[in-house]
Amino acid sequence: MRDDTETAALDYAPAPESRAVARLRASYGLFIDGRWRDTVDGTVFKTVSPSSEEVLAEVTAAGPRDVDAAVAAARAAFEGPWGTMPGRQRAKYLFRVARLIQERARELAVVETLDNGKPIRESRDVDVPLAAAHFFYYAGWADKLEHAGFGPSPRPLGVAAQVIPWNFPLLMAAWKLAPALAAGNTCVLKPAETTPLSALVLADILQQAELPPGVVNIVTGAGDTGAGLVAHDGVDKVAFTGSTEVGRRIAESVAGTHKRLTLELGGKAANIVFADAALDQAVEGIVNGIFFNQGHVCCAGSRLLVEESVADTVVEMLKRRLSTLRLGDPMDKNTDIGAINSPEQLERIVLLADAGEHEGASRWSMACDIPERGWWFPPTVFTDVSPAHRIAREEIFGPVLSVLTFRTPDEAVAKANNTTYGLSAGVWTEKGSRILAMADRLRAGVVWANTFNRFDPASPFGGFKESGFGREGGRHGLEAYLDA
Amino acid sequence: MQTEAESTNSAIPAIAQRYVDAAALDAATLAASEDRLARFLAGLPGVDQVGCEQRAAALATRSIKTSSKLRAIDLAISMIDLTTLEGADTDGKVRTLCAKARRPDPVDHTVPSVAAVCVYPDLVATARRALEGSDVAVASVATAFPSGRASRAVKLADVADAVDAGAQEIDMVIDRGAFLQGHVGKVLEEVIAVKDACGPAHLKVILETGELATYDNVRRASWLAMLGGADFIKTSTGKVSPAATVPVALVILEAVRDYEAATNRVIGVKVAGGIRTTKEAIRYLVAVNETAGAEWLTASRFRIGASSLLNDLLQQRRKQLTGAYAGTDDVSVE
Amino acid sequence: MPEARVEVKKTYKLFIAGAFPRSESGRSYVVEAHDGSFLANAAWASRKDVRDAVVAARAAAPKWSGATAYNRGQVLYRVAEIMEDRAGQFVAAVRNAEGVTARAATSQVTAAIDRWVWYAGWADKLAQVAGSANPVAGPYFNFSVPEPTGVVGIVAPCDSSLLGLVSVLAPVLASANCAVVLADERRPIPAVTLTEVLATSDVPDGVVNLLTGPLAELAPVLAAHRDVDGLDLAGAPSPLAGELEAAGATNIKRVARPAAPGYDWRRDPGTTRLLRFVETKTVWHPIGI
Repeated sequence: MRDDTETAALDYAPAPESRAVARLRASYGLFIDGRWRDTVDGTVFKTVSPSSEEVLAEVTAAGPRDVDAAVAAARAAFEGPWGTMPGRQRAKYLFRVARLIQERARELAVVETLDNGKPIRESRDVDVPLAAAHFFYYAGWADKLEHAGFGPSPRPLGVAAQVIPWNFPLLMAAWKLAPALAAGNTCVLKPAETTPLSALVLADILQQAELPPGVVNIVTGAGDTGAGLVAHDGVDKVAFTGSTEVGRRIAESVAGTHKRLTLELGGKAANIVFADAALDQAVEGIVNGIFFNQGHVCCAGSRLLVEESVADTVVEMLKRRLSTLRLGDPMDKNTDIGAINSPEQLERIVLLADAGEHEGASRWSMACDIPERGWWFPPTVFTDVSPAHRIAREEIFGPVLSVLTFRTPDEAVAKANNTTYGLSAGVWTEKGSRILAMADRLRAGVVWANTFNRFDPASPFGGFKESGFGREGGRHGLEAYLDA
Repeated sequence: MQTEAESTNSAIPAIAQRYVDAAALDAATLAASEDRLARFLAGLPGVDQVGCEQRAAALATRSIKTSSKLRAIDLAISMIDLTTLEGADTDGKVRTLCAKARRPDPVDHTVPSVAAVCVYPDLVATARRALEGSDVAVASVATAFPSGRASRAVKLADVADAVDAGAQEIDMVIDRGAFLQGHVGKVLEEVIAVKDACGPAHLKVILETGELATYDNVRRASWLAMLGGADFIKTSTGKVSPAATVPVALVILEAVRDYEAATNRVIGVKVAGGIRTTKEAIRYLVAVNETAGAEWLTASRFRIGASSLLNDLLQQRRKQLTGAYAGTDDVSVE
Repeated sequence: MPEARVEVKKTYKLFIAGAFPRSESGRSYVVEAHDGSFLANAAWASRKDVRDAVVAARAAAPKWSGATAYNRGQVLYRVAEIMEDRAGQFVAAVRNAEGVTARAATSQVTAAIDRWVWYAGWADKLAQVAGSANPVAGPYFNFSVPEPTGVVGIVAPCDSSLLGLVSVLAPVLASANCAVVLADERRPIPAVTLTEVLATSDVPDGVVNLLTGPLAELAPVLAAHRDVDGLDLAGAPSPLAGELEAAGATNIKRVARPAAPGYDWRRDPGTTRLLRFVETKTVWHPIGI
């Protein structure tokens, strides 16, 4: 028999996705009333690629009069063609959008990766398909609202102001627009400052779908654009996904008005691993839970709560598994960990990670080559974390995992619930009754058992406590946009 | 017999702690106490089907192109156990297969030879003669392959025949009926007995994962094979569908990885059955790379049992080198 | 003088397991246009064809019910896309069959397409409307989910050659069942046109099978077939309908009785048909550490 003492390593040669399909324009205006227009009283700014710091395009920051125009266009469309359109015709527009997203999937994935910094594999396999699926799912509700459990003829609210974050730009746009339109509302969407591009491609798709003018308006800009939109009197509904801090301000802003509000805010989810878990899959779930999307996930499993009897084993398995992750150019199809979206976000992650060390936790980071340009943070695991540490309590929104232990199910529940957040939680055990008991007692809007970070347009998503209120997805997701 | 685990716990990584007890036990003792063996196997971590299959699917998204692809193709070729296991096999068929095994590409002689040729016991002698002077080993199936449904004596005689004829590797099948009945002691005993009968030949233990049906069973059967002295764990006979799949390979790779951590003994993995394309072969290599590790990317630790795969690898190799897709007549048919 | 072009006439065949075989019996029957003129020879299905169709439907059932609801919805939506593309062909078929004006035929065709889209959108919502988590009085998690009945035999309506057919077939598919359809005997051409759409739009082989021929001969075979789980007698006249229902009792088929005479197929169907061929499965599991 051949004796191969010399082993061949299997390198993965660079496998870059081509940028050509992106067809980016040098500059983008605002999408109001079905067409592109320049700002009246706003400014322009640049959006950059976080992995290379190159400028991708010039984008417009809408001013107050631009926002006025957008809201007015949405109002006119609501009182005009859209508001009077039967559901079965609205449905067909949404089906068209779903199909167009599928047809232009590659273009959207490339644009998303360039603008956000997330790996192309994720934009391609998760973000874009889910975005199409949301439109597809809600298209089917548009003509079935009387069956949704909100009464025999539920009515839309009117004009919806929707402000979305930078972590899943296209997907968040889909989560907001699809149910709102299905229910018969019109929309003014404000994409995040650092990730406007995929929404602007979506605007082009809406034109291809021949969506009547004013039904969806897209006003790019920064925090003040969003604040102005949310505060606008002409708006009937506000939907926001972002930080709890901003969510508070928005709740204050709509207080005492007629505006309906839903919020999807931060989280500090506990991923609970019992000794009888299917350990190899649990480790996959831990990795997926906190390192998917560079940890820029509101429902990230950022706290690992592992049963003490298997803690060492699990941490070792985790570190071994992390050594196969690849950090680098997000456009490379083999990249697992992409760039941090902005220098501000990187700063915050660094700050909190340093706090972790200062407070006495043990820090371990995956060994990797950090590219010269761009903003990066290697997957990091803190052990010996105690519940009082900042890294156990504050949302880091980066690829940093805090590991705590527990002895009994009661203790796991107490520690998991000991947070002002309540968005999601994970449970890993092969014992069915325990899964259900834990799910029953965890104060979180989404409980993942033996899996993590699974999303589906049919599955309601949203938080308890300071993670926000309201649900997106499923039949429940219609409630936010109906006068029910 | 496997080596004893180190007695000081600190020398063994935490992962392996779980297995220290069993690894320290004598395999024969374990076989004698079926109860204890069954409880050990039941105590192994379960495998979540969905999670396991998702991991396999994620590994399939790895893009192996250009120079990496060429290396992977050559690596895969060097790992092939070129197989013929048909009722209609003849000396002539085996001789031509062996010629192909030594020199797979009629034109390009830089193509590596395969790892082994795999045949039925009564064709071992022919294969040995045809492969004399080469690096290609002769593997023989045995133990009433593929069903394993025969008496212990018959199965051991089958092994003896193959070894006497010159087989350097023996691919045995475990008794799936005994396994599914819960007679795990009997399964383990048989592996031990066959290993003993192998003499200098190295032993691959075929689990027939398609018949074991669940990933939990594949994990347990893998441990039985390893405790019994297997040098390789093999997924399938290739006569039953489903045969090798990436999720099944993942479970087996995890088992050999954990066993090595606990005992320092290296056990190889062979995937067999239904692997026909370069794309699939590369998926397995990626799985090996990211599960057991790069040290397993060698023919002494990983094999692919196949027949038509070789031609697909050769055609893909031509494409990588020349830029044009090869035709079916550009490679030889045996 | 311009050449007088001779038309290529079409042969109308059965639709079984994704293919278009002629009848096993080799027979055909005359389909007349509304004015009594010869329209076509349609295949005269035999009892063996019925048998083959049921085998095909049963074989297709695991794959269709095992697909995700999202996938089923997409496949059904694709059918509507292709129907829309061929709307002109359907309009001609309905005009020939029913003798209505172009305007009336177009109206029926667009209603049929829209109805198909409506049902496509139900595929991934049925479980949310028909299922539930049930608050039982004990430490158990208890949930009910709708599952497809299996193979449904359908007697297509005989008063609406396209819209009626779509109205009985689409809900059966949206609830993940497979179908063996006996087309309207007198006016089968729109139905056969629909099968051509099904064959080219990602619907897996065998999910829908369609047979043309004399109802009185074929329906009893389907009704008595013990590997058929459900029966929609929409187009069955009395007293045949009663006989078919009785025949269906052999294996406790779920039977939907014929629509009342003069039923307006344009009416909002609600969820009745969608829930007709659905089995509710209720699962219990203890909640405890």
